[in-house]
Amino acid sequence: MQYFQQEIETMSKAEKRALQSERLVNIVKYAYENQTPYRAKMDAIKLKPSDIKSIDDIYKLPFTVKQDLRDAYPFGMMARPKSDLVHLHASSATTGKLTVAGYTQKDIDVWAECAARCLVMAGADKNSVVHVSYGYGLFTGGLGMHYAGEKLGAVVVPASAGNTQKQIQLLVDFEADIICCTPSYIIYLAEEIEKMGLKIGKDIKLKGGVFGAEAWSEGMREDIEKRLNIRACDIYGLSEIAGPGVACDCQFKTGMHFQDDHYYPEIVDVDTLEPLGYDKSGELVITTLTKEGMPLIRYRTRDIASLNDDPCPCGRTSVKLNKITGRSDDMLIIRGVNVFPSQIESVLLKNENIQPHYHINVDRVNNLDTMEIVVELSPHIALDEVAHVEEIRKKLSADMASALSVSAKITLVSPGTVARSEGKAKRITDNRKLK
Amino acid sequence: MIKQIAVFLENREGRVSECCKVLKDAGINLRSMSIADTKDFGILRIITDDNELALSALKTAGFLSSLVELVAIEVPDKSGALADLLIALYEGSVNIEYMYSFAGANGHAQIGFKTTSPEKAVALLEQCGAKLI
Ligand SMILES: [Zn+2]
Repeated sequence: MQYFQQEIETMSKAEKRALQSERLVNIVKYAYENQTPYRAKMDAIKLKPSDIKSIDDIYKLPFTVKQDLRDAYPFGMMARPKSDLVHLHASSATTGKLTVAGYTQKDIDVWAECAARCLVMAGADKNSVVHVSYGYGLFTGGLGMHYAGEKLGAVVVPASAGNTQKQIQLLVDFEADIICCTPSYIIYLAEEIEKMGLKIGKDIKLKGGVFGAEAWSEGMREDIEKRLNIRACDIYGLSEIAGPGVACDCQFKTGMHFQDDHYYPEIVDVDTLEPLGYDKSGELVITTLTKEGMPLIRYRTRDIASLNDDPCPCGRTSVKLNKITGRSDDMLIIRGVNVFPSQIESVLLKNENIQPHYHINVDRVNNLDTMEIVVELSPHIALDEVAHVEEIRKKLSADMASALSVSAKITLVSPGTVARSEGKAKRITDNRKLK
Repeated sequence: MIKQIAVFLENREGRVSECCKVLKDAGINLRSMSIADTKDFGILRIITDDNELALSALKTAGFLSSLVELVAIEVPDKSGALADLLIALYEGSVNIEYMYSFAGANGHAQIGFKTTSPEKAVALLEQCGAKLI
């Protein structure tokens, strides 16, 4: 199965543009009429819905930020009365209020369609067994991929998160060929599968997976693909827009195909908020073109990435989202330098003496920021000399300093001692906030 | 040649005793133990009466450990004889990375060392009449 919805996925650029224009005009009018915060935002800059005539006018519209959603908690942003909504999803908030998104049945259908396109990109078809190890609940990961599997006509195994031994048992017994979970969890699963001595291809019959909800690097992808002999696709989504399925890699990995018939992406400069062209890194901004329950106009995702419009051999014509390189929320400022955990990850993954499990400790000593990166040694290396360990540490230290432009203390620890997480990995301890 | 197990230990309180407990629980007797450490970590080197079993017990318990071969000799009774052997190795440009002594199964003192050229070391020691193990 090559495409889930060929006509849309391979639509010509001109047709796509026309469709996006028509949908943007409609959604702006709809938002103005049904969402008080948008009417207020547009009135404040004297912008009328009729001023938006095509997708080229999108830059005239005001941005939406996470705080707007918090201010409107719980129902202030909804465009429909509760009687029309069928689902509420909320994003995990580390501080303060949750952000909530309401979905109508049509929104759920669109979401499922988009996520089903992604499953096909990972190699699924209607004969597949789709094992979903994302958490089910307010978090959109579990249910999103669940609906996607159903929409595709596959068999869905709603394993949810946790209980790894049982998950592996299910993978073996039900012969799942497609898995959906976070990248850190699939690595953990691969480790456990290796420990149990199960044979890849014989006991574990996976051939593809979509992995998201966390930033991960190209090196991690190679590691996952090699260990499990699967196609590992990066999937993008966020609960405010729609869960997983907003964008996903195909087998050619030219960037994640953005479902730009429903979600229109822009990249803007982090400081000036000016729109940037293709291949330039900035904050990803998304406009929902068809949502009914809670449309969002130019929503600032806080994800740092770039877009590309290069043709893809798979035939899909959508714009592509390059790997998320960081989250403006996760960004650490160490002695004035911006550091993203993903940069650290890519250095670690190039070094075969260690494993991609790490923890970052940030502190302030004598008014100077310090950063310690605790890294696990690989269980496959033999170490009998202090000098050998020092060599590994010095190499990492030097590579890290050149990649981050700021020095970090590297602490090497035994395999298995850095805490594994079954959900979003919590890799940073910033003690500066406590002082 | 004899086999030694090298274990990587992060510098954390109780890590050495955790390691010893694993060996004790597996019913393994230690014949020797030496540690090379820095501020942040150490390498523990041990020789046991059952290295294969010890290695698998340590690995199962999550210790980064590996088996390394050492050239080993019985320490001669004559005074100055050990120094002569070491001088012979030095003059034969055998580079010794580390060495330590331990009690042999027969109660005699023995010395084990790690070198990058074990064949050459063995040949030289044989020429000098050392008692290789
Ligand atoms: Zn493609």
